Amino acid sequence: MAQLGIDDLRRILIACAGEDDSIDLTGDILDISFEELGYDSLALMESTARIKQEYGIDLSDDAIGDVETPRALLELVNATEVPAA
Amino acid sequence: MSTVITGIGAVTPNGLGAEEFWKATLAGQNAVKELTGFDVSKYPSRLAGQITDYEAKAHLPSRLLPQTDVSTRYALTAAAWALENAGVTEETLPDYDMGTVTSNALGGFEFTHQEFNKLWSKGSEFVSVYESFAWFYAVNTGQISIRHKLRGPSAALVGEQAGGLDAIGHARRTVRRGTKLVVSGGVDAAFDPWGWASQLAGGLVSTATDPKAAYLPFDERAAGYVPGEGGAILIAEDSASALERGAPQIYGEIAGYASTFDPKPGSGRAPGLRRAAELALADAGLEPSDIDVVFADAAGLPDKDREEAEALRAVFGVRGVAVTAPKALTGRMYAGGGPADLVAALLSIRDGVIPASGHSSRIPEEYGIDLVVGEPRTKPVGAALVLARGRWGFNSAVVVTRHSN
Repeated sequence: MAQLGIDDLRRILIACAGEDDSIDLTGDILDISFEELGYDSLALMESTARIKQEYGIDLSDDAIGDVETPRALLELVNATEVPAA
Repeated sequence: MSTVITGIGAVTPNGLGAEEFWKATLAGQNAVKELTGFDVSKYPSRLAGQITDYEAKAHLPSRLLPQTDVSTRYALTAAAWALENAGVTEETLPDYDMGTVTSNALGGFEFTHQEFNKLWSKGSEFVSVYESFAWFYAVNTGQISIRHKLRGPSAALVGEQAGGLDAIGHARRTVRRGTKLVVSGGVDAAFDPWGWASQLAGGLVSTATDPKAAYLPFDERAAGYVPGEGGAILIAEDSASALERGAPQIYGEIAGYASTFDPKPGSGRAPGLRRAAELALADAGLEPSDIDVVFADAAGLPDKDREEAEALRAVFGVRGVAVTAPKALTGRMYAGGGPADLVAALLSIRDGVIPASGHSSRIPEEYGIDLVVGEPRTKPVGAALVLARGRWGFNSAVVVTRHSN
């Protein structure tokens, strides 16, 4: 099982969708909603596509739709089985 | 009730910002150079009006960078400058009283080129989700309205190289229908290899290698146009509302607008440019003698130049009006060309000076036009006619006048 940490997620979010200049992403953002962080549904789709490319973890669009915070996304990612190569 | 222009923003090959563009235009600063984004040495056409001093990170928040083509970055930057120039913030008017109407002819070529590259080399799952809108003609209208929270009636118009003036015409229509302020204009850019190849495929791009002789509208040596990138965004506003809120300035009034379509080739009927000019004058309630300068479409192709000269003679008489073509310095910016000319026309009204037409100098006598060549011409300007043509039959005309209140 892959272990994706908050630093990995932070890097992916910034690479995929930039960062809101008014929000400090280096702080504790685990429980701040993606909406407050400035990431919309497209930003999350782009980020989950990147997670799949890098970690082989395929999240369904439906599951992502219910995810509201970085903590919830990390829990979902880390609970998802990587398909055997 | 009239519709006035209260703010201007330009991103052009010879200047970032409307005032920089104007200064460079009056100085005859030529932006036509060899394209530098990729190796053009094996291409038949190598000269372009390229924007070389724009750093996206310096002008836009990083959130917008992964989702925007370069053309949209220019549009967003020009829009922000135009709004700032007009003294408009999100609090100036209710969000539903402000709309966005822009034109775009080429879409997001460079962004799409990169994503297509990922598609065939890595697979569809590597294509950016933002490709879904980054390529799209309407994306500039969408991004500008989202960024500045302009929730009023909005639209995107496509009319090849005439579309930028159609956007201004539709902005006025939108104001007349009750929206107080409309962010309007046009921007284009396509200087990646795919965009460049697509432009060359049109067969009208100059193959000259001397930057001073590549785009010579109305000159006897005219042999094609040089593509440019960029454009302008203007703030169209209900005059009463502009006065009420104390707009910092009024550059002029959108007094007339018209668009026509050419008849089917071979029909024997006259092209539609003359009709567009006459209809725009009639719409403005002006006579040809009221017009102090025409910003010509200036195709830079002998047959199209002759056709435009004929239309100008028919409307204004032989050498009946000053004609200029400052786009010779920037190349043709597609949907951005008309709005950039409009900015120059409004600044001609403000400053009482008409810019010259790049390096055009040898104008055939039979054209019968008074082209401003060499140096700018100092002259009071109260009304200007701006013309634009798009390939496959588009003709648009806008009349701007000095605003008196």
